Amino acid sequence: MEIKVMHQVMEWNEDVSDAVKADLAAHHVCLINVLGSPGAGKTSTIVSLIDRLRDRYRIGVIEGDIAGQIDADKIHALGLPVVQLDTDGACHIEAMSIQHILPEFDLDALDVLFVENIGNLVCPAEFNIGESFRLALLSIPEGDDKVEKYPLMFATSDALAMNKYDLKEYFGFDDQRVERNAKAANPDISVFRISSRDGMGLDGLAAWVADRIDASLKERT
Amino acid sequence: MHELAITQSILNIAENAAKEHGVKKVREVRIKIGDYSGVVPQCVRYYFDVISKGTVAEGAELKMERLPILMRCEACNWQGEVDKHHIECPSCGGIRLKLLQGREFYVESLEVDD
Repeated sequence: MEIKVMHQVMEWNEDVSDAVKADLAAHHVCLINVLGSPGAGKTSTIVSLIDRLRDRYRIGVIEGDIAGQIDADKIHALGLPVVQLDTDGACHIEAMSIQHILPEFDLDALDVLFVENIGNLVCPAEFNIGESFRLALLSIPEGDDKVEKYPLMFATSDALAMNKYDLKEYFGFDDQRVERNAKAANPDISVFRISSRDGMGLDGLAAWVADRIDASLKERT
Repeated sequence: MHELAITQSILNIAENAAKEHGVKKVREVRIKIGDYSGVVPQCVRYYFDVISKGTVAEGAELKMERLPILMRCEACNWQGEVDKHHIECPSCGGIRLKLLQGREFYVESLEVDD
């Protein structure tokens, strides 16, 4: 005998993601999911964005890592609330991890929560974590074929920032190829060229992030 | 690496459906999965055999049917299958394509003994 089921496998995560979103909306907090490979420059970019946005918004950070708290220490040094989320070997952050960690923050004292996801271009793309939007980083040394190899990551992100752009000439990196493929996977994606080291392009990225934060906070009021 | 959590979800869905219909044995779990997903079916099968031991779905076969990525070109209205690593319209070369199918991931049905 056959039983029809039609049940989404990822529903457990989607339900929790919706609950996190509702909780954050109630406190007027915008969550930003920052994704990219190990070494793409997620922490440095978050620090650069904080520098440019901290006068306008009250910011907190969740640092996802497989182990250790090197990144959390960097944020802590800026004097912002930060919680380290150790996934203990897991390849991604799930909505439930965020749900468990939110009580560590005073949400009424925050406007923005950056989540630095686990360094990985595959798994984190599959899991919504209650974010308002996603920012994907791809650094020049990783190669210009990464969008073709990991399309879901870029299909589900709202912006792509090519980081370490100052190294472009050394790596023969074809940024047009990346932009073209990213827009094929996701026609609405915004594309930026940045260098966390010398600050190139970061004002533009910060302005885009601020627009998205404002839009997301406005949506809820 | 997240296949275990996904497999647990599949098992829960099968167990709940079995309970709801009062069935004693699940023979087969039929799953549809879009080609955009990075899930590795072999891993899911292996985990399923391990974690379904002692449940109503012990020994059940997992049938995972892949659904190709289907898109429609917004420029010329071409519609069809697209390789996820080369997303462009094979007809006009356009890159504004709308995803019609490929992100599905659900348990469609169970084959059971009542």
